[in-house]
Amino acid sequence: MVNLQIPTLSPEFAKRRAHRNESEYQAIWNVLDKVFDPELPGLTIWDLGILQDIRLVDEVYTIVVTPTYSGCPAVDTINSDIKTELAKAGFNEVVVKINLAPAWTTEMMSPAGKAHLKSINIAPPDENDKVICPNCGSENIKLISQFGSTACKSLHQCFDCSEAFDYFKHF
Amino acid sequence: MNDEKQNLIRFLIGLADDSVVLSHRLSEWCSNGPFLEEDIALSNIALDYIGRARMFYQYAVELEGDVRTEDDIAYLRNEREYTNLLIHELPINDFAFTMVRQYFLDVYYCQYLQQLCESSDERIAAISAKAIKESRYHLKRSEPWIKQLSEGTEESKQRIQLALDELENFVGELFLMEDWEKTLVESGIAVDRRQLQKNWDAQVQSFLAESEMTFPESALQIRGGRNGIHTEHLGHMLSEMQYIQRSMPGLQW
Repeated sequence: MVNLQIPTLSPEFAKRRAHRNESEYQAIWNVLDKVFDPELPGLTIWDLGILQDIRLVDEVYTIVVTPTYSGCPAVDTINSDIKTELAKAGFNEVVVKINLAPAWTTEMMSPAGKAHLKSINIAPPDENDKVICPNCGSENIKLISQFGSTACKSLHQCFDCSEAFDYFKHF
Repeated sequence: MNDEKQNLIRFLIGLADDSVVLSHRLSEWCSNGPFLEEDIALSNIALDYIGRARMFYQYAVELEGDVRTEDDIAYLRNEREYTNLLIHELPINDFAFTMVRQYFLDVYYCQYLQQLCESSDERIAAISAKAIKESRYHLKRSEPWIKQLSEGTEESKQRIQLALDELENFVGELFLMEDWEKTLVESGIAVDRRQLQKNWDAQVQSFLAESEMTFPESALQIRGGRNGIHTEHLGHMLSEMQYIQRSMPGLQW
């Protein structure tokens, strides 16, 4: 049987993308595509879904970010990485604002972000928490621990290929 | 500063104290967990509670006009100035005790934060919406542990029962209100915790009954946390938690 998966866009991500496309600060959005989550190599803060908005008030750019988990220790690093990248591109008046509402969900993640997770052997979030081995595609897996290497991941093992892997929890 | 603002700050610091104290207790399992995955899980839950505490402290210091920082509140107050509800400060004891307390609090926070999401204060509503997702996940982890230990060996059953007995007198305080908190309920900011007790009892009792365990409703309710009256344990905990900041004042990471 052929397993046909129709790629669908979550409404949360569609909304973010529309907002980005309508924004007048395209140059800034593009610079921020060089800012990565320090715990998830190669995943940008845009693809992760935490970069929400860019505003210009009194010649100061405000970058609005929502944290993934409230105690996420990566927030401070992301904050300074944003400022560093923007400074390199010539934007020096920058404030990073941490907004709690709307609360971040994995639905805000981009399809490219989910694909990237899979490529680094992390099972991407699934709205029904159906975990599939990123290594061999098997569904024959077991939960090892509800928390993995970071708060946003749980640890699993595949019965077919024996690989242990992280699952980015649907949240 | 008007009364309502003062009550609001008091309310926020109380909630933050609950979280920071529980967080520190959970972090005591770091490197001492029964096995690696549990060690990591408990430390991660501690991290969630640190985050929660910071969100409440940060809001409180903003309302105070930034006269002190969140670190000042956490590290430079003595036990009598801490206003956490007592259940959070009890020592971790054994793994069964830690998990029973966690299960009780997970059920409590899922119910409490659900209502606090409707707070007329937008910031509190936003913090609650963030925190409740974490508590729901914590509950998914603590529930099966209680079940597994309650239906496990004679020893695990006995340890769960001891934990239930030990906690019996500390649960009531979760549902007691101070007068100043009641005025915040009237203005739609806070939640009337007295109303939560019935649902909490029902959920916990029916869950424990599945494993033939019972949690007696206690007549004795030990209280005092919100007024700075604590068990003997908090002072010892704070002396460890605050040690570095006390011995090297102003030290920053």
